[in-house]
Amino acid sequence: MIEFLGKTSFDFIGKRNISFVISAIISVVGMFAIIEMVRGTANMGIDFTGGTSIQLKFDKAVPIADARKALHNGGIAEFELQEVKEGNKLLVKLPRKSALAVGKAAEIVPAAFTKSFPGIQVTVDSTTEIGPSIGDKLRKDTIIAVAISMLGIICYIAWRFDFKFGIGAVVATLHDVLAMFAAYYLTGKEFNLLFITAVLTIAGYSLTDTVVVFDRIRENMHKDLKGSLHKIFNSSINEVLSRSIITSLTTFLAAISLFIFGGEVIHDFSFALLIGIVVGIYSSVFIASPIVLMLEEKSLDKVQATPAKPVKA
Amino acid sequence: MPKGAGWRIALIIAFVVLSGIYLVPTLVPKLPDWWKGMLPKDKIHLGLDLQGGTHLVLEVDTDKAVDGTLDLVATDLEDVLNDKNLRFKRISRTAGNKTTIVLYEKDTSDAVQKILKDKYRDYEIISSSEEGGLFGVSLRMKEKDIQDRKDKAVAQALETIRNRIDQFGVSEPVIARQGINQIVVQLPGIKDPQRAIALIGRTARLEFKMVKEGVSPTGGAIPEDAEVLYEKHTDPDTGAINEIPLIVHKKALITGDLLTDAQVRIDSQFNQPYVAIEFNSLGARLFDQITAANVNKRFAIVLDNTVYSAPVIRERISGGSAQISGNFTEKTASDLAIVLRAGALPAPVKIIQNVTVGASLGKDSIDKGLMAGGIGVLLVICFMAFYYKLSGMVANLGMALNILYLMGAMSALGATLTLPGIAAIVLLVGMSVDSNVIIFERIREELRLGKYPKSALETGYDKAFLTIMDSHVTALITAAVLFQFGTGPVKGFAVSLSLGIIINLFTSLMGTKVIFDMFLYKGTVKKMSI
Repeated sequence: MIEFLGKTSFDFIGKRNISFVISAIISVVGMFAIIEMVRGTANMGIDFTGGTSIQLKFDKAVPIADARKALHNGGIAEFELQEVKEGNKLLVKLPRKSALAVGKAAEIVPAAFTKSFPGIQVTVDSTTEIGPSIGDKLRKDTIIAVAISMLGIICYIAWRFDFKFGIGAVVATLHDVLAMFAAYYLTGKEFNLLFITAVLTIAGYSLTDTVVVFDRIRENMHKDLKGSLHKIFNSSINEVLSRSIITSLTTFLAAISLFIFGGEVIHDFSFALLIGIVVGIYSSVFIASPIVLMLEEKSLDKVQATPAKPVKA
Repeated sequence: MPKGAGWRIALIIAFVVLSGIYLVPTLVPKLPDWWKGMLPKDKIHLGLDLQGGTHLVLEVDTDKAVDGTLDLVATDLEDVLNDKNLRFKRISRTAGNKTTIVLYEKDTSDAVQKILKDKYRDYEIISSSEEGGLFGVSLRMKEKDIQDRKDKAVAQALETIRNRIDQFGVSEPVIARQGINQIVVQLPGIKDPQRAIALIGRTARLEFKMVKEGVSPTGGAIPEDAEVLYEKHTDPDTGAINEIPLIVHKKALITGDLLTDAQVRIDSQFNQPYVAIEFNSLGARLFDQITAANVNKRFAIVLDNTVYSAPVIRERISGGSAQISGNFTEKTASDLAIVLRAGALPAPVKIIQNVTVGASLGKDSIDKGLMAGGIGVLLVICFMAFYYKLSGMVANLGMALNILYLMGAMSALGATLTLPGIAAIVLLVGMSVDSNVIIFERIREELRLGKYPKSALETGYDKAFLTIMDSHVTALITAAVLFQFGTGPVKGFAVSLSLGIIINLFTSLMGTKVIFDMFLYKGTVKKMSI
């Protein structure tokens, strides 16, 4: 048998104060990112804001400053320019308020380049134009989609586990989602539909690790009715630690090959997945289980405290 | 053989064969004829992001369709009242879905109301008093009729757009209605998306209007029954657009719905393309009458409120054919002929979404997606073989079955593969061995406790079952939501993901287990390669 980890006995639960602080910071950043997103001040994809984005391919390199000049000369006043990592490609984004009608931009933008650089060959790689009404609808749909899937997961967990485990799992899932928002926000990546897709995928997937840990905790709680909860939780996590890591590792391997080799279109998407996978395993160990333990201990205290009452009366 | 293994193996093999059959059309470039007769012949559909193409969402301005109907009522009424010698100040469409007639006298107002009651039963008749002691009578469209008109307008627009696309020549276009007033158009593999977009989005309302002589278009008041339209001239050398204003009568004498045909012809004298049009019998009669009555006057050929040409009528034209000339290139002339043949849209459409992916980017995406997928699979296979030895290879076999089944199922269901869909498959490769990892780790634990491989295997599968179910169900919940709300590439992702999750459940709980059972069923095997 090859094992990366032999029998371990880390005190995961004892570190909960540290992990709670770290996760609180991550979550606050994540929530801040969401607020920024809702306000529209974050780096939003045109899927949500409406507007136009055109990716152009040139046969020669075009310096970004020259490109800027060319667009200005072509009569396009407001735009954003981004360099695409591979090839001589440029991404031109026009805001929603831009005067160009939908369907026209793919003519006007390349024309501006051919006018300024007559010798250069311009091809339109892709055009995405989203009218304001579609952008608003997508934003609304997305919020509903996220809400419904979260609700679905919560309902399922509530049905499968008892209340305390349910809370632990939901908090861990929310934590993973917030962490993805935080990572995207901090790296300045664009919030678009693919990102939301990644978030929902991870919301469904990250539960695997949590469930593995929870199942073991419950099993051990039934076996050992008298032992201290703290000890049971710790040993349960340690027992399943290697499988938590390996299940995440295999998915991580698949996601990293998408990240490295999958090309520009899904580059950011796979980045989000990678973050989600890593955070997912962290949260199942450091967030989900400690929360359940805290709730269990609280209810135990209550059970011990109740008999005292009648005496007083 | 262990009990119950027979039918499980049979099921696995049956699915393999079935998937294989469905995948043949995708993998084999040329199918033999006997195959096409009875076996599936559809390839896996590639999304527009992979094969390149244009996805458009159009919104029909249905209010304009209602306005159009009311305008027709106004023109019609004008003729009726003129016929009956009833004096009126004006007839026009007014706010609130009404056509209003303003009359001078109470008596005429009563007479008009009588006619209206008879002729326009579907309309609500409202009388009002207008400024300056005049009398107003309005026809108001009922709410139900308005909705009906709007609904029909969208259906008509869809048909017209379908006609235009068919004539333009796009293979396997998708044209479908979405919601109340939207139309989705997908044009896979289109070479010249801009031209197609222009063709689809054009209203193409053709009108013949008389030019109002004796009024200067550049200054002075324009009579109430006239309007200013512009004739556009593009200088072929500089590309500068020159606009010439023209005053024309508001009323159109002939409209595009009286056409039967439109064809591109080349003018032999100037080698210039023009569009030759043919009228139907009513149109031909009208054209004959109008040209006879207006010799030596100018009339304007107006398309979507732009004057194409304004020739002088030299002589009476009978026979019902005419020509539209302007500054055409062969392409613009042929596009104009297409829209004239396919007919005008009942109301203007607005393009509210346009996602166009060039063929080269699509090809690039396929290549990179496959490359990433291949490497991902390889990494996972190596890892599993290294860490779990022979058992790992069994898991790898399960994963291979997974991919085969998934591709087969997508092909059978006619699902669309998109780039995020490929990402979902790659992700599933990682997830599909997860279930086995959970099972194997459990087996290892049982083995450590000193159990025999057979019973360790049974316990491993039993105890891991619920955990695996849980993780699959939650993943399926989010995949289903993505499917419901996603469009295009995201939907493709959801399709691949949800199919993959269901298939994965099957292969991990049945597929790989049967292989272990085969080896371990006697219970005498002492060592397990795990």
